[in-house]
Amino acid sequence: MVSDWETVIGLEVHVQLATRSKIFSGASTRFGAEPNTQACAVDLAMPGTLPVLNREAVHMAVKFGVAIGADIARVSVFDRKNYFYPDLPKGYQISQLDYPIVGRGEVEVALPDGSSKRIGITRAHLEEDAGKSLHEDFHGLTGIDLNRAGTPLLEIVSEPEIRSAQEAVAYLKQIHSIIRYLGISDGNMAEGSMRCDINLSLRRPGDEKFGTRCEIKNVNSFRFVDKAIETERERQADILEHGGSVKQETRLYDAERNETRSMRSKEVAHDYRYFPEPDLLPVHVSEELIESIRAGLPELPAQKVQRFRTQFGLGAYDAAQLAASRELAEYFEAAATGAGDAKTTANWVLSELLARINRDGLEISACPVAAASLGTLIARIQDGTISGKIAKTVFEAMWAGEGEPDAIIATKGLRQMADSGAIEQLVDDALAANAGQVEQYRATPADKRQRMFGFFVGQVMKASQGKANPQQVNDLLRNRLDGE
Amino acid sequence: MHDIALEAIGSALERREFSSVEITSHLLDRIERANGTLNAFVSVNREGALRAAAAADAARAKGASGPLLGVPIAHKDLFCTAGLRTTCGSRMLGEFVPPYDATVVERLGAAGCVTLGKTNMDEFAMGSSNETSYFGPVRNPWDTGRVPGGSSGGSAAAVAARLAPGATATDTGGSIRQPASLCGLTGLKATYGRISRHGMIAFASSLDQAGPMARSAADCALMLQVMAGFDTRDSTSLEAPVPDYLSLLDRPLAGLRVGVPREYFDPGLHPGTEQAVRAGLAELEAQGARLVDISLPHSPLSVPAYYVIAPAECSANLSRYDGVRYGYRCQDPVDLRDLYERSRSEGFGEEVKRRIIVGTYALSAGYYDAYYRKAQQIRRLIAEDFREAFTQVDVIAGPAAPATAFRFGEKSADPITMYLEDIYTIAANLAGLPAMSMPGGLVEGLPVGIQLIGNHLQEGLLLNVAHRFQQATDWHRHAPAFTA
Amino acid sequence: MTISENDLARVAELARIRLDPATVTEVTRRIGNILGMIDRMQAVDTSAVTPMAHPLDTVQRLRPDEVTEPNRRDDFLAIAPVSEAGLYLVPRVID
Repeated sequence: MVSDWETVIGLEVHVQLATRSKIFSGASTRFGAEPNTQACAVDLAMPGTLPVLNREAVHMAVKFGVAIGADIARVSVFDRKNYFYPDLPKGYQISQLDYPIVGRGEVEVALPDGSSKRIGITRAHLEEDAGKSLHEDFHGLTGIDLNRAGTPLLEIVSEPEIRSAQEAVAYLKQIHSIIRYLGISDGNMAEGSMRCDINLSLRRPGDEKFGTRCEIKNVNSFRFVDKAIETERERQADILEHGGSVKQETRLYDAERNETRSMRSKEVAHDYRYFPEPDLLPVHVSEELIESIRAGLPELPAQKVQRFRTQFGLGAYDAAQLAASRELAEYFEAAATGAGDAKTTANWVLSELLARINRDGLEISACPVAAASLGTLIARIQDGTISGKIAKTVFEAMWAGEGEPDAIIATKGLRQMADSGAIEQLVDDALAANAGQVEQYRATPADKRQRMFGFFVGQVMKASQGKANPQQVNDLLRNRLDGE
Repeated sequence: MHDIALEAIGSALERREFSSVEITSHLLDRIERANGTLNAFVSVNREGALRAAAAADAARAKGASGPLLGVPIAHKDLFCTAGLRTTCGSRMLGEFVPPYDATVVERLGAAGCVTLGKTNMDEFAMGSSNETSYFGPVRNPWDTGRVPGGSSGGSAAAVAARLAPGATATDTGGSIRQPASLCGLTGLKATYGRISRHGMIAFASSLDQAGPMARSAADCALMLQVMAGFDTRDSTSLEAPVPDYLSLLDRPLAGLRVGVPREYFDPGLHPGTEQAVRAGLAELEAQGARLVDISLPHSPLSVPAYYVIAPAECSANLSRYDGVRYGYRCQDPVDLRDLYERSRSEGFGEEVKRRIIVGTYALSAGYYDAYYRKAQQIRRLIAEDFREAFTQVDVIAGPAAPATAFRFGEKSADPITMYLEDIYTIAANLAGLPAMSMPGGLVEGLPVGIQLIGNHLQEGLLLNVAHRFQQATDWHRHAPAFTA
Repeated sequence: MTISENDLARVAELARIRLDPATVTEVTRRIGNILGMIDRMQAVDTSAVTPMAHPLDTVQRLRPDEVTEPNRRDDFLAIAPVSEAGLYLVPRVID
């Protein structure tokens, strides 16, 4: 039984830092350029070229460290990690082994059941990205594009404290959210700005010792992380159930087949022969720098969730959803200010707004409805100008670019009927036109009348073209139908 | 005309005694006649040199001036020269034409120097006899049956044979000082970080340092003045200001404390060489310097420590030569492994491969601590020895090489015998100190070098001592009988 | 310390150097001699000594985050042994 095993997961997340130039050279890091047009002599490992460290990459790493409450190394050291691969021009990757820039920290992740869990971060270190191998056929050869070579990466290593795919995805989303809040990465997984290696092993619950782990390389979406963990967990459980033993190896997740498989290229035992990079000196980070970065930090997701809960009385899950992206959280706050009712605003943002955003595949920054306009719309529900239902019609018009809510309400004549005499007339007309149903209604036992009551409400609302105040209609109908 | 030294050429050009084109073409013709015998040049830059000379003459006609404007020199073939083949003495780079200049080349070019050509060298600067060059050995103009020393043997032979008044060179374990000693020249290795390594093809990054080779200390001072200085493209480049070396040359030596390390007068030192070196020390004493007996107790360990550190660094530095982006690529590789192994095995010579293997071994799992870490600890002990010594003395003096130039094949059969050629020079590289060799006598018609080692950034003092010595002696004026 | 032919083969593979079978014995002997010479280091007790990775006791300088390198693809590809469509070509890479 698969459930007899405890899953132990540690994640290594590679985050591309959003610097303009590369970590050790002045070449551009822009995504999507023509092959090798952004690979300078340093990136190509031309003879005699030397690395010079990008200040912004260091600052971004420190920012991340401060944000997760980690120890920042006052002195960190770059090392050479030696291996041959065509996308690695120098034959070594400049990375950090023994003295990473960011030490031990932790993040708190919100789980869908409303609980939360703290997950330790062992370390985060700076390193350079490799280029790309393009496997389209060039007469049986592989093409190498080195534009990406030298792009700064922050490798964030978690403790093996993750116990399920769900926790892994929640952790990744939290990291994603933090790096986006900090503005140190665009976190775009489709473009490879954030990639994940999964270390997974199984053990019997209660065991102290970890089982033999496999590493699944380069998984590049939340969904694939979820599926890769599930399938790998099943694979290992199956081996162990049949008395076998898991072989420690590097595997690749094949999304099409939803399975992991051994990587042939990694079969040769690695011996990376790390040693201190002699072309770079130890990196010093001063107390003043750390303090100035700390002072400049934005409010982070966890703090925002807390504030949304206390300030606006939102539930934990709603607050976490709104705070997941800095842009969405800012949108929500701006709209809530105009609306004067944060809970209603939260509902609108999480349902109506996000549904359309997702439907149209938009970023929140490209949303056609400004936060202030949504706030006004919600305010109009609150002050009784329109009903919640009419508001959806207005919102649709706003989305279509037809203007501000007040203008739309005015031009389309959507203002709620305030004249109670006119509503009374509509109610009386409806009852008169449906005398048979009235009789039937009165013959029905009180506890079974609800559905029929809805029929009369519908008739009146229809006659008012939706502009009657539903509450008023309800009250009048109750009075007329049940009051005698 | 060719017997005029570097400084004098500059003055003669200034006085319009001859033009840059005249001296340049004279030397080019001389190179053409001599190179068949000496093999000092891998590439002769006839067209480029004459063009640069004409430009220098034109600039001078328009009022420009400068001590190096229009002065022809040679570059060791590991300084990248844009558009001019740079081989590093290797088949691997046999056809390599860099699209950029080394900083040293750029700076000397900007000062008006004319590049006559690229000088032969031990492959990737690994050797002490110039016998490991893919382009064949260089012959010593003092005795063409003997080696010029190495690895800057081509630069040494070219200057000694009056094919160039000065040349650039590099020194990782003695590659400027030992050939300067064997060819009767003045050569200086600067403080680590004093001269930019950008564009200088790396052998061992934490040891490599450039310097000038010429006939006198004054000529070296002229070249160093231009070569030294901060460069943003080299992280290990020092930001310290460059003193006016020429103005420091004439200071009297009275009261100067000259340390004479006991360990440098070991049984491995040839008696004739010792006699010459002692006579040179007596001359310094005669000028008022005080000789102080000192000990550098760990210096006997410099050779073993060096032969771990240098190969370890080179094993990584030379991984970039993989037949993919530039350089030698084997014919019809069957797969990626074949491409790597055959390109590297066919592209590199025996000594280079031997050092790559030793270095890879020293860094490999299980051996790192016993070899690499141990060597870096010994390195500190050696540096501490010097630090201690420089609390008692201003400069250290001793032999540059154990003996005069040896015959071809005499030491190439046994790598360890060859490695001991650098026994007195390696320590300065491990400690990053400036050091030079100046002619101090002749033994059986062959030159002997006296080595001077200074504290960090004391190039000015070293040149001062050498210059005063050269004011009182004429060893540096002796020329080989070689006729071009 | 000496090195076995097996160790030598493993190291050569790591370094992507192909050894000529005819010379393996001789190469092993020579490298063994070098390692023997290097082993003289072991006579010194360095347990209290901090390894020295750099000859200078200085700190890494940081570069401003600016794009300073223009596109020079044509210059670089011109010296590549095999290239096509702006790419460097190598024998098929298998993951």
